[in-house]
Amino acid sequence: MKSLLNMFRFRLGLVAVLLVTGTVWAQTPAATPAAPPPPTAEERLAALEAYVNNVDPVKGPLVGVAGPGHNAWMMTSAALVLFMTLPGLALFYGGLVRRKNVLSVLAQCLGITGLVTLMWWAFGYSLVFGKSFNSPFLGGTEYFFLKGVTSAPNTDYAYWISQNVFSMYQMMFAIITPALIVGAVAERMKFSAILLFVAIWMVVVYFPLAHMIWGVTGFMNGVWNGDAVIKAIDFAGGTVVHMSSGWSALILCIILGPRLGFGKEKMAPHSLVLCMVGTGMLWVGWYGFNAGSALAADGVAANAFMTTTLAAAVAAFTWGMIEKLSRGHASILGFCSGAVAGLVVITPAAGFVDPTGAIVIGVIAGAVPYLACTKMKSMFRYDDALDTFGVHAVGGTLGALVTGFLATASVNSNLTGSYATKNGLAKLVTDGGLWLEQAKAIGITLVLSILATVVIAYLVKALVGLRPAPEAESQGLDITDHQEEGYIN
Amino acid sequence: MKFITAIIKPFKLDEVKEALSAVGIEGMTVTEVKGYGRQKGHTEIYRGSEYTVDFLPKVKIEIAVTDDLVGKAVEAITKSAKTGKIGDGKIFVMPLEEVIRIRTDERGEAAV
Repeated sequence: MKSLLNMFRFRLGLVAVLLVTGTVWAQTPAATPAAPPPPTAEERLAALEAYVNNVDPVKGPLVGVAGPGHNAWMMTSAALVLFMTLPGLALFYGGLVRRKNVLSVLAQCLGITGLVTLMWWAFGYSLVFGKSFNSPFLGGTEYFFLKGVTSAPNTDYAYWISQNVFSMYQMMFAIITPALIVGAVAERMKFSAILLFVAIWMVVVYFPLAHMIWGVTGFMNGVWNGDAVIKAIDFAGGTVVHMSSGWSALILCIILGPRLGFGKEKMAPHSLVLCMVGTGMLWVGWYGFNAGSALAADGVAANAFMTTTLAAAVAAFTWGMIEKLSRGHASILGFCSGAVAGLVVITPAAGFVDPTGAIVIGVIAGAVPYLACTKMKSMFRYDDALDTFGVHAVGGTLGALVTGFLATASVNSNLTGSYATKNGLAKLVTDGGLWLEQAKAIGITLVLSILATVVIAYLVKALVGLRPAPEAESQGLDITDHQEEGYIN
Repeated sequence: MKFITAIIKPFKLDEVKEALSAVGIEGMTVTEVKGYGRQKGHTEIYRGSEYTVDFLPKVKIEIAVTDDLVGKAVEAITKSAKTGKIGDGKIFVMPLEEVIRIRTDERGEAAV
C-alpha cells in the first residue's frame, strides 16, 4: 500500500513539478531515484507475521514501525499503572491514616508523580534504558531529555511498541515505587523532606537497580542479557519496585522514629471505605503493571493476566480466612491487605508461572505478609505506619524467591531463549537452581536499598530535617504542610 | 413536672419514640452521644494494631412530662428499650422548675 502510494506521488511530482510547491517535494523524499526497491510480497508477509508473533521483523516495510495492537495495549497499560498511584495508592494509603493527615498522603503521591516525571525526562529513562555506558550497573546518556525517543520502537526492548510509549510505561513504575515508601513514614515526615529523599533515592537506588534488572546490558537481567552475571528473573518488579521500596521504607521509618503517641493513642484508619476503593483501583491497575510487562499484547501478557487474577483473589481470601479462623472476624482491611500482598508476590512471577504456581503464590502471599504485619511488627515495635514493609518488602522478597522455584518455560519461551541459553539461565530453569540466582539478586537489592537509605536519610535530616515540629505533627500535616483540610466538619 | 433523660441503644430509638407517643407524650429532643457504663467499650483490630474503644455510641433522649405521666413514660421507655443484654442504658428523672413555650409565652404544665 505504502509503495503504491510512493509511486503515485513520484509520478505526480514529475508531472506537476512546476505547479506544485516545494513543500510537496519535502514530503516525498522516498520519491528520489535512489529509493530502495519496493519490498516483495514475501517480505511484506514476513513482516506481518513478525508483528503477529511479536518477533523482530529484521527487514521489510515494517522495520522501525510500531504495531498498532501492541502499542494500543501498552498505552492502556501505562495509563493503568499511573492509575495505581493516582488515585489507587493515594486512596489506599489515604484511607489508612487519621483524618487530619489524609491530604498529606495525597500531596505526597502527587508531588512524587511530578518530581519523578521531570527526573525521568531529564536523565532517568536514559540512565535505566540507555546503553552508552556499556555498563551492567547504569544505562547511558543517549536519551537525556528524551532526545531521540520517538514513535519508532527501541528494539533492544520491544520490537513492536513505540519507544515513547515504552518510556512513559516505564516511567509509571518509577513513579509508584517511591510513592510506596510514603506508607511507612506517613503522618510524621515533612513534605519537603520526602521530596528531597525521593529525588536522591531515585538516582542512587532506583535507576541503577532498574538498569541491573531490566536494562539490556543489566547485571542481573537473565532473560534479555546474554552476558548477565547473575541470571535472575523479575517479570514486573518484585526486586526493583517492591523490595527496594519496602526495605528502604523500613530503614527510613526506623531512622524517623515512631509517630507521636504511637502505642498510646488510637491511630485507627479514618476511612476503610477509601481504603477499599483504593485497593480495587490498585488491583485493576495491576493488570497494566503485570500483563503490560510482557511489553506486547501477546501470549505472555495473557498468561500474566491470568496468574495476576488468581494470586490476588486467593491471597485476599486467604488473609480474610486466617483472620476469621484465628480471631473470629474477617476484616475489610484484611481482605484488602491480602489482595495487595497477592499482587505484590505474583509481580516478579506473573509472566513465568502457570496457574498452579499462581495459586501456590496466592496462598503464601495471604499467609506470610499476614504474619509479618501482625506478629513481627509488634515483636520489634517499629512504626511502619501503613505496613509498607510487611506487605511490599516481605511480599517482594518472597515473590522473588518463589519465582526461582515456580518459573517454567512452558508459559514463557524466553526463559530458554538465545540469551538465556548463552548466560546459562535456560539450564537453571530446566534443571533447577534458579532460586540461588534469585537469592543473589535479593541480596544485592537488599544491601543497596538499606545502605543507600541510611546515608540519604541522614543527609536529608542534616539539610532540611525529617520531621515536622511536634505541635505541627499533632495538629496534622494537612493544615501545617498544605494549609487545607480533607473534610470540612 | 419532671425532666426525663434516657440513654438508650441507638437502634431502639424508633421503638421508644412510638411507645412514648402511645402514652401521649408528644415531642422529644434526641442527641447522638458516646459513653460507657457497665458494658465498657469494645476492641477494634486493624492488621496487627489493637485498639480499645472506651466510648460506645448511644442515643440520648430528653423529654419534659407532667407529673401524672412520669410513671407511664418511664414504663414505656423501659419496655421499649429493653433487650435484656448489658448496655441497654439508663433513665434519669429530675424535677423540673419551669417550662416556657416560646411562641405563646405559656408557662408550667400548659407549656409541657
